[in-house]
Amino acid sequence: MNILETDGERLLVAVRTLLERKGIVSTAEVMERMAITDAASPGQGARMVARAWVDPKYRDLMLEDGAKAAEALGIPMRGMPPLGVLENTAEVHNLVVCTLCSCYPRAVLGYPPFWYKSAAFRARAIRDPRELLASEWKTVVPDTIKLRVVDSTADYRWMVLPMRPPGTDGWDEARLTAIVREGDMIGVTVPAV
Amino acid sequence: MFAAGTPVRVKDAWPEASGPVHIRTPHYVRGVVGEVVRHLGDFPNPEDLAFARPAESRPLYHVRFRKGAIWPEAKPDDELLIEIFEHWLERP
Repeated sequence: MNILETDGERLLVAVRTLLERKGIVSTAEVMERMAITDAASPGQGARMVARAWVDPKYRDLMLEDGAKAAEALGIPMRGMPPLGVLENTAEVHNLVVCTLCSCYPRAVLGYPPFWYKSAAFRARAIRDPRELLASEWKTVVPDTIKLRVVDSTADYRWMVLPMRPPGTDGWDEARLTAIVREGDMIGVTVPAV
Repeated sequence: MFAAGTPVRVKDAWPEASGPVHIRTPHYVRGVVGEVVRHLGDFPNPEDLAFARPAESRPLYHVRFRKGAIWPEAKPDDELLIEIFEHWLERP
């Protein structure tokens, strides 16, 4: 049998049946993983960011161990790669890229946007990130702020904790969560109100 | 093991020139000197894992590089932060 000529669905069923018969993975485990994958979205990461903005202890936990911080908000991290969180400050702006493939913190941000995997984004992010952010996202990183490009090359996944924007004093967590976008947590944009 | 703050050079090695490999060290940083930020943990060597060979755990570091050390036209103080396995690092 030539695997390249096999109908994909039949192949999937065959592999799943074999995994189950051999006691490697149960149907329940596959269903659980599908549910976790479906639930992962930028809204999960946004909840973490908003909590960090209102709770300094949670912020400390998030910077120390992103996976523990995700789990503290009920986001399932079992079987996922370790999660690192890098904080944007008045001194440094972080931008996440994976130049070798498409490593992305899927557990907390869901599927990557289509451009994240493009050769153009990967090449420009590493070589000329200031021009990339300014021309594609109108995100101008001032010369006084260090730009740190985080190339996600191995076993960790990285997300950015953006700065809380001015004009949000007294906002509750739900309202803050709503202004955090996917791009803010990769570093291509910054939250604004 | 490398302590935080230790200067390190990424080996100027090109094993892909001599056969199939799976390497997590980007081309653009080979031979470049950076500084260890911290030890991230130990992980199975992906160079063996990818070929279903027994893969021993290797220390993984976050290493910082000055952008200007790689590309002369870059803003010199901008930086790159990259995960690199210990067997790719040497004392400069």
